[in-house]
Amino acid sequence: MIPENLKANLEQRIAAAITHREAAVDVMKELQRHYGWLTDEALEEASQLLGLSPLQVEELATFYEMIYRRPVGRHVVHVCDSVSCWALGGETLLESLAKLLETESGSTTADGAVTLLPCSCLGNCGEAPCMMVGEKQYGRVTPEIGVQIVAALRLRDGSTNS
Amino acid sequence: MEQILLKHTHHGRCLSFEEYRFSGGFEALAKALKDMTPAEVQQDVIDSGLRGRGGAGFPTGKKWSFVPRDLPGPRYLICNCDEMEPGTYKDRVLLERNPHLLVEGMALACYALEVHHAFIFVRYGYEQAAGNLRQSIAAAGRSGFLGDNILGSDFSLELDVHQSAGRYICGEETALINALEGKRANPRAKPPFPAIKGLWGQPTVVNNVETLANIPAIITGGPLLWKNLAATPEAAGTKLFCISGHVVNTNCFELPLGMTLGEIIDGPSGGMRSGSRFKACIPGGAATPYFTEAHLGVPMDFDPVAKAGSRLGTGGIVVFDQNTCMVAVTLNLIRFFARESCGWCTPCREGLPFVRHTLERIEAGRGESNDIDILREHVHMLNYAFCALAPGAMGPVEGLLRLFYDELEAHILEKKCPFKKQ
Repeated sequence: MIPENLKANLEQRIAAAITHREAAVDVMKELQRHYGWLTDEALEEASQLLGLSPLQVEELATFYEMIYRRPVGRHVVHVCDSVSCWALGGETLLESLAKLLETESGSTTADGAVTLLPCSCLGNCGEAPCMMVGEKQYGRVTPEIGVQIVAALRLRDGSTNS
Repeated sequence: MEQILLKHTHHGRCLSFEEYRFSGGFEALAKALKDMTPAEVQQDVIDSGLRGRGGAGFPTGKKWSFVPRDLPGPRYLICNCDEMEPGTYKDRVLLERNPHLLVEGMALACYALEVHHAFIFVRYGYEQAAGNLRQSIAAAGRSGFLGDNILGSDFSLELDVHQSAGRYICGEETALINALEGKRANPRAKPPFPAIKGLWGQPTVVNNVETLANIPAIITGGPLLWKNLAATPEAAGTKLFCISGHVVNTNCFELPLGMTLGEIIDGPSGGMRSGSRFKACIPGGAATPYFTEAHLGVPMDFDPVAKAGSRLGTGGIVVFDQNTCMVAVTLNLIRFFARESCGWCTPCREGLPFVRHTLERIEAGRGESNDIDILREHVHMLNYAFCALAPGAMGPVEGLLRLFYDELEAHILEKKCPFKKQ
């Protein structure tokens, strides 16, 4: 169940739209922000808010790269694998991060901390190779820098837990 | 070299709304509302020779002229900022430095088109750009440049920002319209063209960020002055070129349209990196056939680039050095396109993975001689796909076959990639 204030915000967003479903992407993003990923419960809630069937929301959710229909880690790390980053060593960056995290590209670490995903061009080709952590972009990421950034995420998690 | 789009950006940060106004911002809008009819604004854009900066290069004023003004109900303008073409980052740079230029450009375009509600469709990952736009829109509203009865005129306009959740196909204008309506972003059949039946079935114009950002300068200085910013008499205006790959300065530059490829690489791009020699480049974003050394003298303008066998596209130039395997480059590009195919039509959904699979085998040294025929056949057959994604995707494959045939064949004959140390 989503909190009443989030529900009210989303209802307001939908009311401001020309048709309800125009707000679908905003609603899915907000629900994902709340749950961490777009759970079945979130899908059901989105469909009720938008006046669509769950299947119609599913059709949208599975279409977008940044909507997750499976659980992800507390941090999602996207590594660009498009041509400009590839030309400057993007593959090595992804491999180094997979090694550090002891996971495969496309998976989540055993402790649920980090999901590592390859992604399409981040629009930062002048600063290749690039990666994105959550919504924050990083440019000129050598494997060494990438490993430092991702290792710092886990340290930060550690300090909040203790 | 005079700049229109990036002239305010030497501070290395986003221009404030006040700074923009102080340097002449919104004077073009004030001039249009006071002294010009919507038809006159459209005529200036036609006379300027401005062609769309998003990839297709269609004349902007002409696109506007297709919109019927007598149909009942609203008309819409959509600014396409779904900048997801690999090698392209110009719209992000522009919006991170000066979002106000787009807001004013959109206000002028809406005045010309008699549109009262417009949308800016922003890709994921461009949080800064979207935030800048929201702030600029709010500031413009407070100063009376947006909202009801702008500057005391009869013209009213509302601008909304839509932030997408990521798919390359959303940049295709009819897919974008579906995405904005909250539908799965498959392309629509054309005709009817969006100019007649677009967003919610109403006449709609979709223009790129850079295209719209040029409108204020056309209105302020007049179409001729703007046109003459180009390097050749045939070209019109400046262009944002975004450079990446094996050159020294991988940056976004505003340059006169019609500068040669060699001038761009050796000039602002600072030449090749130490130890690197120029081998080839993608001249205009991932969907354009390669250029080689033989093309360094080609003026980077729509028609000369097309005549030389490629497309100016988005102006995203990706440069490769002598150690780069062009089969591997093509494979990387095809992996992108196969992943980003929306799956709507069979040739694209099935054809691109087959091309990817074929290139994977060739690159891994398991290619066979008839694989080249398979690639050639697909270059032809994928022209029959539903939208421009698959034919665009085959641009680099066509370039590989035409310009790097020997390299391709060597992979098959030697049963390995000649660039890989074994």
